[in-house]
Amino acid sequence: MKRQIPLLITFIVGIVMVVQYFIPRQPFAGLFDTFNQWFLIIAVFALILGLMNLVRLHVQKLRRMKGGWGYSIILLCGLVGTIFTGALWGIGTGSPFNYVFVNIQQPMGATMFALLAFFIASASFRAFRARNLDATLLLVAAVLVMIGRVTIGALIWNKLPHIAEWIMSYPNMAGQRAIMIGIALGTVSYSLRVILGIERTYLGGE
Amino acid sequence: MILLFLIASFSISAYDTPNDAGSSITLKFSSSLPFISGEVMRKNSDGEFERMASICSSDSSWMDNFTVDGVEYFYKIVLTTEEGIVTSETVSAVSSPQWFHKGRTIMLVMVILVCGFILFFIREARGGKELYVRPIAGIEALDEAVGRATELGRPIMFITGIMDMDDLQTIAGITILRRVAKKAAEYEAQVLVPTSRSLVMTAAQETVKEAYYDAGRPDIFNPDNIFYLTDDQFGFAAGCDGIMVREKPGAIFFMGSFYAESLILAETGHSTGAIQIAGTAMPSQLPFFVTACDYTLIGEEFFAASAYLSRDPLQLGSLKGQDWGKLIFFALIVVGTVLMTFGITVIRNILMVR
Repeated sequence: MKRQIPLLITFIVGIVMVVQYFIPRQPFAGLFDTFNQWFLIIAVFALILGLMNLVRLHVQKLRRMKGGWGYSIILLCGLVGTIFTGALWGIGTGSPFNYVFVNIQQPMGATMFALLAFFIASASFRAFRARNLDATLLLVAAVLVMIGRVTIGALIWNKLPHIAEWIMSYPNMAGQRAIMIGIALGTVSYSLRVILGIERTYLGGE
Repeated sequence: MILLFLIASFSISAYDTPNDAGSSITLKFSSSLPFISGEVMRKNSDGEFERMASICSSDSSWMDNFTVDGVEYFYKIVLTTEEGIVTSETVSAVSSPQWFHKGRTIMLVMVILVCGFILFFIREARGGKELYVRPIAGIEALDEAVGRATELGRPIMFITGIMDMDDLQTIAGITILRRVAKKAAEYEAQVLVPTSRSLVMTAAQETVKEAYYDAGRPDIFNPDNIFYLTDDQFGFAAGCDGIMVREKPGAIFFMGSFYAESLILAETGHSTGAIQIAGTAMPSQLPFFVTACDYTLIGEEFFAASAYLSRDPLQLGSLKGQDWGKLIFFALIVVGTVLMTFGITVIRNILMVR
C-alpha cells in the first residue's frame, strides 16, 4: 500500500493534467491552478523541514567545533535576526526586514551574479582553443558573433553585424530547435513512464 | 441617406467566444468612418441597453467576460462622429462553455501518436523483443566518476538543480541520484546532496537511504549529507561553491533544472579538479555545461538516463517509441520546409496550435 497509493495518485493527477489542457470548461478549467496551489501549500509546510534541517546541522557543527564553525554563527544569527525583524516590524518598505533585504541580501545576490562575467571569460578561453576542426569552427563562429554584436564590429566591416545575426538566426537556431524537439519528446516519454508507474525511482524504491 | 451610408460602412457581429470555459461573448466590428468616441452597449432580452465599454478607432474586437451562460445578450455600438451619432445594428449571441479546445486538436493528435508509439514499444518490450539503445558516453561515465572519487578518497557531490519536485527535471535528477548513491554505497563513498528546496531534500534523503539499503550498506548512510541550503538562487550557488572549495569532491553531478547559476557552479567545480557530469533540459544552460563539464547529457539524453541505466525493457521500450516520434517530427520538418519553399502553407496551418 505504501507504494500503490502514491502511484495511484500520480496516475490520476497525471491523466487529469493532460485532459484539462484539452477541455476548457469547468471543472477542468481551473484544475491546473488548483493543483499548483495545493503544491505550494505542501511546499510551504516542507519549508519548515528544510529550516529544521538547516538549524540542526549548523548547531551540530557549532557543538563539535567543526571546521568553518564561524560561518554557522553568521548563518544562525542571520536566520534568527531576519525572522524576528520580519515578525516584529513587518516586511513593508522602510522596515528593518526590508533594510536587510535591500542592503544585504540583494547586493550579495548581485555579487554572485556578477561573478558570472569572469566565469564566462575563463570558460570561453578553454572552449575556444582551436584543438581540432570542431573547436576551430566554434572559435571562428564565436569571434564573428562577439565582434559583430559590438559597435566596433560594424566599423571594422559593415557586414559583420549581418554575419553575426545570420549565425544566431540560422545555424544556432536550428541547433537549439533540434535540442528542444528532443527535450519535448523526452519529456513526453518520461512523463508517460512516471504516470504509468514504469518509472518509480523517485518514490524512494524500485 | 447619409445616415444609411454610415450604417452600411459599419459592420458588427457577436458570437460565443470559442475554446473557453463559458461566460464570454466576443464582439467583432469594423468601421471605415472616422469617429471621435465609441461605446459598446448591451442588454438582455428583458432589460434596457447599458454602456459596457469604450472603444477607440484602433479596436476591432471586444470581449464581454461577464455573461451568464445560456442567456441571450443583445449588443450595439454607438459611435460619435463629426456628422453626429451613428448606431450600429443590434446583434445577439449566447455564451456557453466548450467541451474541447479546437485550437489544440493537432496537439492532441501528436500526443496520441507519440504516446501510441511509446505504449506500442513498451508492449513489444514486454513481449521479450530485444531493443537497441545507442551508447551515451555521459551515462556510461557515471560509474567511472564515482570510482574515481572513491580512489581519491573524496566525497561525491550531487546537485539536483534549483527547482522543486513539480519540475520533471528534478524528478529525473533524483532518479539518477539513486544510481549514483547505490554505486557510492558499494564503494563505501559518501554522497553530498545540497538542495535548494525542502521537498527535494526529503525526496533525496529517501532515495539515497534506499540506495544504501539496496547496496547492503545502510550502516554508512548519513542523512546529514543530504541537506537544505536555501531557496535563493545565488545564495544556493554560493553555498554549493563553498562546499566544493572546502570538501574538494572527487566527482560532481549537476542533474536537474539550472539557470544563471549553472556556469558559476560548473566553473568552481572545474577549478577543484573534480570530474563533472551534467544533465539538463535547459537549452540556454547547455553550452555552459558542455564547456565546463567532462560529460553533458543533452536534453533527451538526460531523460533517457534512468531507462538506460535500469536496462528495464519497459523503460527501454519508451525510448524506442520516443525515437519514432522524433522520426515523425523529422519527416514533418522536411516536408513542411519543402512546401513552404514553394509557398504552400498547408502543413504550417495544420500544425499551428492556437
